[in-house]
Amino acid sequence: MSSASGVPARTGQADPMTIESESGPGLGQSRREVVASTLQRRGSLVVLALTVFGASLYFDSFFTRGNLTNIALQNSFLAVVALGMTFVILTGGIDLSVGSVYALGGVVAAWGAGHNTLVAIVAPLLVCGAIGLLNGLLIERAGLPPFIVTLTTLLAARGLLLSLTQEGAKTYIIPTGSSFATIGQGTVGTLGYPIFIALALYGVGTVLLQRTAFGQTVLAIGSNEDAARLMGLPVPRTKILVYVMSSLLAAWGGMMAAAQASSGVTIVGVGLELSAISAVVIGGTLLTGGVGTTGGTLAGVLLLGVIQNIINQIGGLDSSYQAVVNGAFLVVVVVVQTFLSRRQRL
Amino acid sequence: MTALTAARARVRLDTRWLQDNGVYVALVAILLIDLALNPSFVSPGSLRTQLIQVVPVLIVALGMALVIGTEGIDLSVGSVMALATALLPLYLGYGVVGGVAVALGIGIAVGALNGWLVAVIGVQPIVATLALLVGGRGLANVIGGSQKDIHNTTLNHFGGGELFNIPYIVVLAAVLAALVAFLVRRTTFGRQLVAVGGNRVASQLAGLPVRRVLITVYILSGLLAAVAGVVATARLQASAPDQLGRNIELAAITAVVVGGTPLTGGRVRILGTVAGAFLMQLIQSTLISENLKDSVTQMVQAAIIIVAVYVQRSRQS
Repeated sequence: MSSASGVPARTGQADPMTIESESGPGLGQSRREVVASTLQRRGSLVVLALTVFGASLYFDSFFTRGNLTNIALQNSFLAVVALGMTFVILTGGIDLSVGSVYALGGVVAAWGAGHNTLVAIVAPLLVCGAIGLLNGLLIERAGLPPFIVTLTTLLAARGLLLSLTQEGAKTYIIPTGSSFATIGQGTVGTLGYPIFIALALYGVGTVLLQRTAFGQTVLAIGSNEDAARLMGLPVPRTKILVYVMSSLLAAWGGMMAAAQASSGVTIVGVGLELSAISAVVIGGTLLTGGVGTTGGTLAGVLLLGVIQNIINQIGGLDSSYQAVVNGAFLVVVVVVQTFLSRRQRL
Repeated sequence: MTALTAARARVRLDTRWLQDNGVYVALVAILLIDLALNPSFVSPGSLRTQLIQVVPVLIVALGMALVIGTEGIDLSVGSVMALATALLPLYLGYGVVGGVAVALGIGIAVGALNGWLVAVIGVQPIVATLALLVGGRGLANVIGGSQKDIHNTTLNHFGGGELFNIPYIVVLAAVLAALVAFLVRRTTFGRQLVAVGGNRVASQLAGLPVRRVLITVYILSGLLAAVAGVVATARLQASAPDQLGRNIELAAITAVVVGGTPLTGGRVRILGTVAGAFLMQLIQSTLISENLKDSVTQMVQAAIIIVAVYVQRSRQS
């Protein structure tokens, strides 16, 4: 985890740090710029550390092994979804369908587990990969806005889910002893498999973003799509792939959640896209694309998770408070980010 | 060569015509289909029910059309409805006027916050209004709590009463639609709105009050959403902050886009939006009356939205 967020985020072509300021006393200004850009990138990590520190002082039960493992496990599903969302947002797009795809992935996996483990893994990835491909094709080939396209696949995937489950009346149960269930239920010591799977995916995602041509193309598209096309980068292929990736990761998150719950719950994932987008934005990725890190997203996910945990610890507060805090947080982060990136560009 | 150009021009003209009038064609088509499949569906009584049901979406869509006209989007409308319905019963003690004023006030406040984030801070509309979509619903639940019945005769009369056999709320929706149409077509503000949506930078350079226009547009959207919240509450005779207005942003955006307002801004079609809202309502109830399942209904609606957006898209090229 720390290695993921520890890698410098010097990947964006439009890295504002390289642009020297021309106004004000040189050194002071550039130091301020450095602070601004560091805050934008590492802000979520700093706030996460402060929140964890404060919560451990305040609640005795917070900084315990059991509670921390619990937070990690419960947020590993969202983390996987948010990883895919990070890539989509880095290209300047958005994927609102992930919540429905998450639920669909879980249900198809639970259905497949009734046959055998291979079907349980392959079938949801095929179905959801196809949805991602549809998103990508409609956005890239037909030139429709990502927002609208993924909004309709949000509807359509939910519809497909309902038609597979007799309008939501049927819940597929994963047979006891199915090896598919170990994906969600297996543990190493006290740590559940989903935590390791999520970390491994973040490792791969970070390398993919920062060390491969694909990752560089993603960032280039987000910085300036026309320029990326003119430079001859494989823009169409990359954009389509990013949406396929997002759907696959959302499905995988849902599959792990289904494996953990031993059933394909039909009502999960509603509003999950909002949590994923919040985590990405809080993690310092600009919604205009081109700038951001996978490590920041992970910190954003954990921050949301820690806040939820604190709200649960306080007790007597229901999930509505979580929504209020998340919304307020999002506003503050977006405003601060806009100011910070403005400062760097000046 | 000239024949080719002419043919191309005709195709373009046809696309253009389809973009502008497709929604009316579709509306007639769906009515004819209903007439063939299930004549009782097209009876005055049944159509009246459709009218009543479409009112909240329609009112929200009017504000959405203005926002989309400026190349923006307002995802917070459903949460504004929830906030309005949560606050309304709390302040009914000061009379209906007091309660409604507070409910509309929260709409204006949310709209002002949206507008400030978009126009002054420079946040993308999707993100700015997304934050309020998440937070607003939570706040409404915190304030309003669980569903509660409302026993206010004035409000309930407004929700269920009629004027010359037309429900009050339908009259209200028609008046609001006329007002918004007037605003867009006949006022300076309407011209400025379309100009800002068409080219924000040029509008700025031309000396238009871009910030003020944007903030006003989001305030209007919030206000109209709050009105929709009050109307829905009066009709239900109950306040249900957790459920009211869920996913209404999707329905409203669909109505606007189907009605011929491009998502790229610079053009607002109010009559089209009204027709779009009514079309989607009719499609939904037709699918339901033909005993199609929820799942199929959702998938069909998704397909219709994609087709509508695709047809609108060709305008730019």
